[in-house]
Amino acid sequence: MSSVAQKKSFGATLWDWMTTVDHKKIGILYLLGGGFFFVVGGIEAMIIRIQLLQPNNDFVSAGLFNEIITMHGTTMIFLAAMPILFGFMNAIMPLQIGARDVAFPFINSLGFWMFFFGGLFLNISWFVGEVPNAGWTSYASLSLLSEGHGIDFYAIGLQIAGGGTLMAGINFLVTIINMRAPGMTYMRMPLFTWTTFVASAMILFAFPPLTVGLFFLTFDRMFGGNFFNHAMGGNTIIWEHIFWIFGHPEVYILILPAFGIFSEIFSMFSRKRLFGYPSMVFATVLIGFLGFMVWAHHMFTVGLGPTANAIFAVATMAIAVPTGVKIFNWLLTIWGGSIKVTTPMLYALGFIPSFVMGGVTGVMQGAAPLDYQLHDSYFIVAHFHYVIVGGVVLAILAGVHLYWPKMFGVMLNEIMGKITFAFFFIGFHMTFLIQHWLGFWGMPRRVWTYMDGQGWELANVISSVGALFMAIGVIVLVVNIIMATIKNAPVGDDPWGDGRTLEWAISSPPPFYNFAQTPLVRGLDTVWIEKMEGNESGLTPSEPLQDIHMPNGSIIPFFMTLGLFIAGFGAMYHAETAWGLPVLIFGLAWTFVSMSARSLQDDLGFYVKKEDLEKDLQRKGGRK
Amino acid sequence: MSEVTVYEKSPAEMVLGKKRAKESMRAQVMMFSLMIFMTLISFTMVLAYQAQVSGFSSYFVLPTLLLFAAVQVGLQLYYFMHMNEKGHGIPQMFMFTGALLAFPVVLTFVTIIWW
Repeated sequence: MSSVAQKKSFGATLWDWMTTVDHKKIGILYLLGGGFFFVVGGIEAMIIRIQLLQPNNDFVSAGLFNEIITMHGTTMIFLAAMPILFGFMNAIMPLQIGARDVAFPFINSLGFWMFFFGGLFLNISWFVGEVPNAGWTSYASLSLLSEGHGIDFYAIGLQIAGGGTLMAGINFLVTIINMRAPGMTYMRMPLFTWTTFVASAMILFAFPPLTVGLFFLTFDRMFGGNFFNHAMGGNTIIWEHIFWIFGHPEVYILILPAFGIFSEIFSMFSRKRLFGYPSMVFATVLIGFLGFMVWAHHMFTVGLGPTANAIFAVATMAIAVPTGVKIFNWLLTIWGGSIKVTTPMLYALGFIPSFVMGGVTGVMQGAAPLDYQLHDSYFIVAHFHYVIVGGVVLAILAGVHLYWPKMFGVMLNEIMGKITFAFFFIGFHMTFLIQHWLGFWGMPRRVWTYMDGQGWELANVISSVGALFMAIGVIVLVVNIIMATIKNAPVGDDPWGDGRTLEWAISSPPPFYNFAQTPLVRGLDTVWIEKMEGNESGLTPSEPLQDIHMPNGSIIPFFMTLGLFIAGFGAMYHAETAWGLPVLIFGLAWTFVSMSARSLQDDLGFYVKKEDLEKDLQRKGGRK
Repeated sequence: MSEVTVYEKSPAEMVLGKKRAKESMRAQVMMFSLMIFMTLISFTMVLAYQAQVSGFSSYFVLPTLLLFAAVQVGLQLYYFMHMNEKGHGIPQMFMFTGALLAFPVVLTFVTIIWW
């Protein structure tokens, strides 16, 4: 077993990717899977904007419009933003802490396949022609009455994908707690690792409520339950609570890793230690806690009563404090730094004003009385796109440019990267800034079309043109990626020249065992410290060269998930068809058989021999 | 080739180990009797409430029961599930975080949904 790239047939390559448990490869799979769904969600967004381009438009029908907005939101949150961030966490976080893989490589692979099959399940609804249509929040009274199997696709698809997310989160937690290199104390962890840690802890606490809620919904719709049916003694408001108990932490699960990526970028390209590192860590943890105490601010107009509204309003505004701490720390990191405006840095600089705007409108909505005016208007649409596109998506695009050389070994073109940024950034503000005013002018969200003569025409045209700009930006990025892959010019360990953390001290892409010798960490930004002291390799080994224990690949995660995927169809059709129940039982049995196969086999992994490691090191021209 | 090494304890370590085991056993027996005592009190309180003994109103019995329950959960975790021993810092942190995060949820549900 060596890390030399060998020519392999297509089948062997496919098998290799399907059975991989290597965190870097799973990271790439997450990135590709998430990227695919990002494009799908983007096409849905374009259809929405074409429909709203002019009054009384009939580009799509009202029913189809409902399906498109539902799938746009669900796809973008669960199947695009989260998996792409998981891709970065998988690919980068173990490298940052000096680990050779995540704690549970098998479960890591299982998590990916569950996300992928869950996403597939959800999107098969398009081919069946019965698509989720109750909004991404799927409020119970509406979703219970929705005809066809649309909402069933939503409930089961998200259940499968959500299980994968939960596994990934637990895996990251255990990895960060147990597998840090010697010297890597908690307060020496790079900020992306910290945000991964806190986001994973939030997944651990936020996803079980979603699981419970989706089970209730599944039982209500498919198995005769009455959890949300008020006529049978259920309570429809409980779905809203459960959804937002999950849903609000979810937005912080998305934004915290984005904060982490930007923290790395600011510090790298200002060539300074991150300003106020301890306060950044504290702010991250505090946001993690407060994120669970504010969910009812999504429900101010439900009629919770003034006391509950006031408490949740105050808690909501409190979150602005740690977020503000972060913003000022980033500004002070740039201040006096030796700034290099690369593509990732450009995104980071654009992120600060964009995200602050989204944050300020968030505090506005946190004021319960004002929220009565803003609720369900385009102001809300503008707000959450400002935080999610202006925060998360900018971070994802910045991360793609920043980590592409580390993940794939080739650099993306800088000029094209800047063109992407220009189109995307201008397009983003064009699309969503004007929507604040559309909200003020009374345009409700989730409407299929609107009448002429209400003063909304020009604003909607501007918004749609902006969406086109964003699409052009993404197309330029895709072309950039294709060109870089074809050109295939390999890069060195630290292609940006300013790497501060451990991932920049090993080759790009790293060998499958990451570190020939586990590094010794001497402080925050350990590679930077080593380099400043004249150690060009950026690493001090903490152990002699010795055999490395690595896990074997396995196809079982794929099969486990396939069983759940099959069972999903059985559950959905068991009431109206004869084959439904057998298929449900068969799918679950398939999963349990796969699980026992895993439990009964003794797979102790394999060892990379010391001699092979020495050969690898020599091929690189020794330790440089 | 993982290396298995056998570590032999010194006599002093054996003595220390025995002493610790003895202390642990004593603590467990003490806590076990305390918990039985608290369970007895709880049952007695409920019986007293049912027999309408003056002073045992539901406003007194319910909070006291909940308090006893909380104490018993704590004793269970710390003495019988060994959370008082070393190396349990991270699990403790996550358990307390979970309890802290669940508290507003339960509070909200009992005050504004099921009231």
